[in-house]
Amino acid sequence: MSDTLGGPPVGKTSAEARLLPTRRSFFAVLIGSISGVVGILMAVPVLRYLLYPVFRATGGVAWYSVGRADEFAGQGPFRKEVEVRRVDGWRALTSKRAVWVVRDGRNQLAVVSDVCPHLGCGVPWREDEGIFHCPCHHAKFGRNGALIGGPSPRSLDTLPVKVENGMLLVRYEVFRNLVSYKEVIG
Amino acid sequence: MSSDVGRPGGLARWLDQRVGWRGLMHEALDEPIPGGSRWAYVFGSGLLFVFVNQIVTGICLALYYVPSVDHAHTTVAYIQKEVWGGRFLRGLHSYGSSLMIVLLLLHLAQTFLYGAYKNRRELLWLVGCFLFLLVFGMSFTGYLLPWDRRAYFATAVGTNIVSEIPLVGNFVKTVLRGGPEMGTLTLSRFYVLHVFAIPALIIGAVAMHVFLFRRAGAAGPPVREEKGSELATEVFYPGQVFKDFVFGILLIIALGALALLWPVRLGPVANPADSTYVPRPEWYYLPAFQWLKYWHKGGLIIGIVVIPLLLFGALFGLPFLDRSPRRRPSERPVSVAGFFLVFAAVVFLGFQSGLEDRRDSAVRSKLQAQEKSEEEYSKAPFQPQEEGPMAGPVSASIAPALSPEQSKGALLFESEGCSACHGAGGRGGNGLVKLSGLGKRFTDSQLTGLLRKPLPKMVEGGMQPSELKAPDLAALVAYLRATMN
Repeated sequence: MSDTLGGPPVGKTSAEARLLPTRRSFFAVLIGSISGVVGILMAVPVLRYLLYPVFRATGGVAWYSVGRADEFAGQGPFRKEVEVRRVDGWRALTSKRAVWVVRDGRNQLAVVSDVCPHLGCGVPWREDEGIFHCPCHHAKFGRNGALIGGPSPRSLDTLPVKVENGMLLVRYEVFRNLVSYKEVIG
Repeated sequence: MSSDVGRPGGLARWLDQRVGWRGLMHEALDEPIPGGSRWAYVFGSGLLFVFVNQIVTGICLALYYVPSVDHAHTTVAYIQKEVWGGRFLRGLHSYGSSLMIVLLLLHLAQTFLYGAYKNRRELLWLVGCFLFLLVFGMSFTGYLLPWDRRAYFATAVGTNIVSEIPLVGNFVKTVLRGGPEMGTLTLSRFYVLHVFAIPALIIGAVAMHVFLFRRAGAAGPPVREEKGSELATEVFYPGQVFKDFVFGILLIIALGALALLWPVRLGPVANPADSTYVPRPEWYYLPAFQWLKYWHKGGLIIGIVVIPLLLFGALFGLPFLDRSPRRRPSERPVSVAGFFLVFAAVVFLGFQSGLEDRRDSAVRSKLQAQEKSEEEYSKAPFQPQEEGPMAGPVSASIAPALSPEQSKGALLFESEGCSACHGAGGRGGNGLVKLSGLGKRFTDSQLTGLLRKPLPKMVEGGMQPSELKAPDLAALVAYLRATMN
């Protein structure tokens, strides 16, 4: 029975022929190896393209202006809305988030999120009571956002701030609720 | 049997017994070619090569592309400007579509000149002609998808041409567009045709084309009939496979070089209201574009129905019209002369179209300006699609004007945390409890009572009794009644 793929050259025993490259096996190796190299070269841009969202840094850290720093003279707290913009793939979502500008223990300007660490309600300031009082489940926080009482597991969350050119800037972050520690989740 | 696997060649034998791959390889590689391998035969394999390129790059593009009028252009810009290698892969896809047309014409010309459609190859030729139409269908439908000005207006003109066909034209145009105008449904239809329907037909037709080709056997070179039996045959592998392979590598290099050296462009987003845009189709549609300029009114039907039907009839019916077994071009001067005549006319029309655009200074400067703005847009950094509260369907501008008391109520609605459970403006959404019909269902005092002392069912849902002072509560109630009907 003759092997149609690389039949043995005439006059050689099949044992000898198996060791000799035939015209057919030579081309198989040539075409196969060049295809391999070209295939790998072609795979590089495709893989980079597919993996782009994995290695792309998550859009850098954005700072949002709360207002002029000298606007917040006195004890506060001052309610402010920042427009938070998040880039999500080819979309950018802008939404208004409320923050409170307060004075921390060392009388420095600080910004706390208005999101209650309990179940996420927006926490208003009650001037008559002199505290932050969550309307949902009555968590209470002091003038600087520190927990006084109620079901919240921790104080109102302070946000990273800095002052640049006289402007108070904040980095808006979202934290895991119902836990006693601060964990950034977005 | 399984003990074979350990011996040299044992695994190959084990697989062959189950798969029969040796037989398949024999079928695939040992096809005899009368007269031996030739460079003239590479175009069919070349088409397959580029088609695979279109599939791979097309799948890549579909990963980030969104086929909707609102997002198509942004997502293509994202692919083009942001995603690593996006512009290159889109370039491969875009230039690949042009290369498909070039190879298709070369494959057609070679088959025609060699008379390779003769001798019981009518169905093979017919399936090939069907593939010809499908490839043009792919380029036509794919062209719209980026939804930039060029794409939009070229397709608007292209689909308008269809409506010039008597009797059925308008109906066909409306079916294609999914309505009388280009819009949301047009893009969906073109996307489905481009990505699902036509590729499926192409794959089926290619399988049939290859099957029929193998069944009929390679035609070999056109020689005198009596000499045909004297031709030495050579099997497909390695000679022809190697030529096809080298051609495939050259095609890949050509595509890669084009995509790198002349990066593909994306123009500004389509603006249907822009009546000043001068549309021009892709180069392979220019002859048809020019052709239509010569036919008006009464003659139109001749220009866009009769003559094209005759030409395509001649193309499809070629093996039935030319039934003599003679294959050498010199032995069938009429059909060869006709072929070159049509080819020359098509090339002439294409060049004439370009020439007319260059001669008309108004058109020329407009086209140049369009090209420049396309180039500028391609260079500009990517702008993500901005979405936010003001961009949504419920914007502040359509909210009713509020009295001072109601405005105070609106602020209280936010500061009291009502929106945490009922959504902004009580509109609900995302599993929140929507407030509606309050003004119709309740009086002021009923609403005040509910806020002071919620029903047990409301408390269960998390509602807290309000501790607001009377004037504040009245303001909140006024707001609720005014806006939440």
